[in-house]
Amino acid sequence: MQHTLSVLVENKPGVLTRVTSLFSRRGFNIDSLAVGVTEDPTLSRITMVVSAAETPLEQITKQLHKLVNVIKIQDLDPAEMVYRELVLIKVNAPPERRHEVIEVTNVFRAKIIDVGKNSLTIEATGTVEKLAAMEDLLRAYGIKELARTGRIALARGSRES
Amino acid sequence: MSERITGAEALVRGLVAEGVDVIFGYPGGVVLPIYDAIYDAEDLRHILVRHEQGAVHAADGYARVTGRPGVALVTSGPGATNTVTGIANAYMDSIPLVVITGQVATSVIGTDAFQESDITGITLPITKHNYLIKNATEVPEVLKEAFHIATTGRPGPVLIDMPVDVSKGEVDFVYPTSVNLPGYKPTYRGHAKQIKQAANLIAKARKPLLYVGGGVLASNASQEIKELAELMQLPVTSTLMGKGAFPEDHHLAIGMPGMHGAKYTNYSITETDLLIGVGVRFDDRVTGKLAAFASKAKVIHIDIDPAEIGKNKPVDVPIVGDAKNVVAALVAELRKTGAEPRTDAWMRAIDDWRNRFPLHYHKESATIMPQRVVERIDELTAGRETIICTEVGQNQMWAMQFHKALEPRSWVSSGGLGTMGFGFPAAIGAQAGRPDALVIDIAGDGSFQMVSQELATAKIHNLPVKVVILNNGFLGMVRQWQELFYGKRYSESVLPQDCPDFVKLAEAYGCFGVRATKPEEVDQALEAAFAFDGPAIVDCRVEAEECVFPMVAPGGSIDEMLGGIPGCPVSEMLDDELLEEVWE
Repeated sequence: MQHTLSVLVENKPGVLTRVTSLFSRRGFNIDSLAVGVTEDPTLSRITMVVSAAETPLEQITKQLHKLVNVIKIQDLDPAEMVYRELVLIKVNAPPERRHEVIEVTNVFRAKIIDVGKNSLTIEATGTVEKLAAMEDLLRAYGIKELARTGRIALARGSRES
Repeated sequence: MSERITGAEALVRGLVAEGVDVIFGYPGGVVLPIYDAIYDAEDLRHILVRHEQGAVHAADGYARVTGRPGVALVTSGPGATNTVTGIANAYMDSIPLVVITGQVATSVIGTDAFQESDITGITLPITKHNYLIKNATEVPEVLKEAFHIATTGRPGPVLIDMPVDVSKGEVDFVYPTSVNLPGYKPTYRGHAKQIKQAANLIAKARKPLLYVGGGVLASNASQEIKELAELMQLPVTSTLMGKGAFPEDHHLAIGMPGMHGAKYTNYSITETDLLIGVGVRFDDRVTGKLAAFASKAKVIHIDIDPAEIGKNKPVDVPIVGDAKNVVAALVAELRKTGAEPRTDAWMRAIDDWRNRFPLHYHKESATIMPQRVVERIDELTAGRETIICTEVGQNQMWAMQFHKALEPRSWVSSGGLGTMGFGFPAAIGAQAGRPDALVIDIAGDGSFQMVSQELATAKIHNLPVKVVILNNGFLGMVRQWQELFYGKRYSESVLPQDCPDFVKLAEAYGCFGVRATKPEEVDQALEAAFAFDGPAIVDCRVEAEECVFPMVAPGGSIDEMLGGIPGCPVSEMLDDELLEEVWE
């Protein structure tokens, strides 16, 4: 099962390596990873998506807690979290087909952020499913390049993460 | 009030402030500023080893016998990488160490500079925590944190990497009195409800068993364990790491569990209805096949590291906390509820196994039996403050089986990592920490040769450790596995018994060397070595192809043992009448 782990860490050099090397050392694959500083500049939040069964996940979470620079770990409940991913897609768009690409972009409420002679670069945010659907449609025009951020997430409403 | 001093001086002052009296080390280019500061440090004894691995093992041995953190200091690059085995060893066995490595200047880090190695990267998975200091001003705080982390919670090694410009840089020195580590808060007190529940199970159990490990020694909980065991008359099995946590001459002590445990110990684990693990981690060498380990028992697991609980074996009552606090609270709870021991029949069943299936060996042999050497060491040192260190392999298992440890911190052996070449430098460290004790390394001819250069360290620093080599001319445990599982094809496990000549080797370093080739020569050789005022080697030419028995085949169930008295299933071993009494 997929889990979204939200890990609050001290914003110090090497902390990301400590966290990710622990996962690889204990045989876990990280599906996606996003890191950035929080509202408190001394703290960073690492959002990780990992596929694991309950028992091994509990073990890796306990091991993660043992890292001196790790302050808090949350396994976010899918029903109780908001999450987004951002993707940039550079897609073939010769003048005669450009309007079609723009139409797809509009349907997904994405934005065009760069226009080339024969291409458009689209910025889209959303859930993994939405972004996958858009990517699928754009593939017909030829995707030249694609970059994604990995998931970031927070617990909903009054719940703190 | 502060004083402006160099980073190197701050390091040395900090060590003294932490109460460090001995450090083990080896100088080199980038640690010269630190060595220069040590030159003036009268309160700090520096023991110069002959290889950096020896420094870390010595610091480890020092920590095990004193309960204080061991400190090693080495240079960058090869100096640092030579510490890796020692650090991994201490990490596996949860031994508090502070290892200080020199590093190339911050301005050239990452350029493949001369003697540069990324030691914080290399030791990431084998340290409890590590630091690369970037500025001299950080030195006091980092040192304070390093000692705090190494010695609290589940202890472990902490490495500090100190670039040469940090050592030369300046700091207004004030040694901190506290640490600020928001992500590091070990749990010391057990949960009251869990303790009640555990007490309740213990009060009701008919066949309970205490299973104690290194955590009991780390938390200095031996007295509490003894109170618990005696109050409820609980049999106690001590792991290799827990040896000495409970006196082995006590009638409730039932030996070591696992791969080379006695039959009576392993049968007790198979039959117990309540396994009380304290400071243990259900290691595979203890449990054998997990599904069959204590499969009839409820399990209480007390450990300070939450990650150990339920890691290998499902637990009924988990208690996260310091063994000393938790066991004391358990005793108090049992006293309060007026619980009474109910293990009379159970102890009789165990004693019956003990009488029928004791550890044994061929006592009438015309050659020296290694087990006999261990027994004679115990007999000849009776009444003396003695510390037994071991190497790894058959020597270690025979020492484990036949030496009786009566005091905590009197046994030094590499558990988790199984590091050949650990025992001798660890003995040197132990001797430095406990100058009045008789320190003996029970060694194999293979292990000792990995570190024999440290004879110089022992000699020059006047550390009179005694190395008793059970010299069988083989890598004995490798040979044993080849005999049992590889059709006696002794591939690369033969070491000529007379190369080197260990007596001459001892003499070459100005130490005492003596050889015993016949059983009747053993006592005299041991006595001469123990009486000698300085380091000594006893080269015991023992039975070459003796095996350590009993033995659980790797991955096998621990009640199915090879060797010794022919094995049969535990159900057939049980005295029916006794068992009925126990079950009733």
